[in-house]
Amino acid sequence: MLLGRVIGCVWATAKNPSLEGRRFLLVQPLTPELKNTGKRLVCTDSTGAGAGELVYWVRGREASMPFLPQAVPADATIVGIVDEIHVNRSGPC
Amino acid sequence: MILARVVGTVVATRKDPRLEGKKLLILKPVSPEGKDEAGYVVAVDSVGAGYRERVLAVSGSSARMAEGCKDTPVDTAIVGIVDDVRLD
Amino acid sequence: MLIARVIGELVATQKHPSHEGRKILVVQPLNLDGSDRGDAVLALDAVDAGVGDRVLLATDGWAASSAVGRPATPIDMAVIGFIDQIEILPGVS
Repeated sequence: MLLGRVIGCVWATAKNPSLEGRRFLLVQPLTPELKNTGKRLVCTDSTGAGAGELVYWVRGREASMPFLPQAVPADATIVGIVDEIHVNRSGPC
Repeated sequence: MILARVVGTVVATRKDPRLEGKKLLILKPVSPEGKDEAGYVVAVDSVGAGYRERVLAVSGSSARMAEGCKDTPVDTAIVGIVDDVRLD
Repeated sequence: MLIARVIGELVATQKHPSHEGRKILVVQPLNLDGSDRGDAVLALDAVDAGVGDRVLLATDGWAASSAVGRPATPIDMAVIGFIDQIEILPGVS
C-alpha cells in the first residue's frame, strides 16, 4: 500500500457499467515524510475519503477486492483514511 | 520469467510458517548476455540452485505453481537452472 | 520478496475491515548495500514486527493477503518474516 493525498475528483458519465456509482478521486502519492512522489493518478474509493485527506491506497489486482462480489475493473483503490503516521528512520537496527 | 544469478542467501528464523524449510536466495537479474541488471529480488528456491548459478525465476501468482510453493506466500520462485542461453 | 526495514507505523480508524486488528507498518525497501530502494511503502504486519526490524517484505497481493490470514482482500504488501542474516557474494551490489 502507498500513502497519498486526495487532490481532486473525476467525473465520468460514460463508463464501464461495473463502475456505476463509484467515486473516482485524484490522488497524489506521498512519501511517509509527506513529500510528493510519482505521478498523480485516479483511484476508486472504498472509504468515503474527501478532498485534502491523507489516505492509503492499494494497487494491482487487490484494488478490486473491496468491491467483491462485484467484479470492478479497478487497479488503484483508497482503502483507508490516515489518522496518524509515525516515522523514525534512525530507529534501532 | 526472468534470467538471474544467485548472489546471496537470506536467513529468517521467524517467518510465515508456510515458508518453513524453504531456502531463500538473493537473485540479481541478468541480461541474456549475462550482464548484471539493476535491482535484486529474494526468491524461494524450488530446484536446488547454488551460488553463482544462472537461474530462471517466475514472479507473481505463477511463482506459487512451482514445486513446493503451492499455497505459500511466495512472490518469486526459482524454477530452473540455466544451462545455456542462445541469442539469434 | 524484498529486504526492508520497518521505519514507522500508521494509524487509521476508517479503513477496509480486512485491515482491522493488524499493524500497518511504514517499511523502507532496501538495496543489497543497505541503501534505500525507492520510496517507503505501507505493509500489513504478519509477524509482529516493529520499528528498526530488518524484515522480508512480500510485494504480491496473494502472498501478502494470505500471510496476514485474509485472502482475497485489498492487501498488496505484508511483512512476512524477520531477517536474521544476509550473505552476499563479494563485489555484488
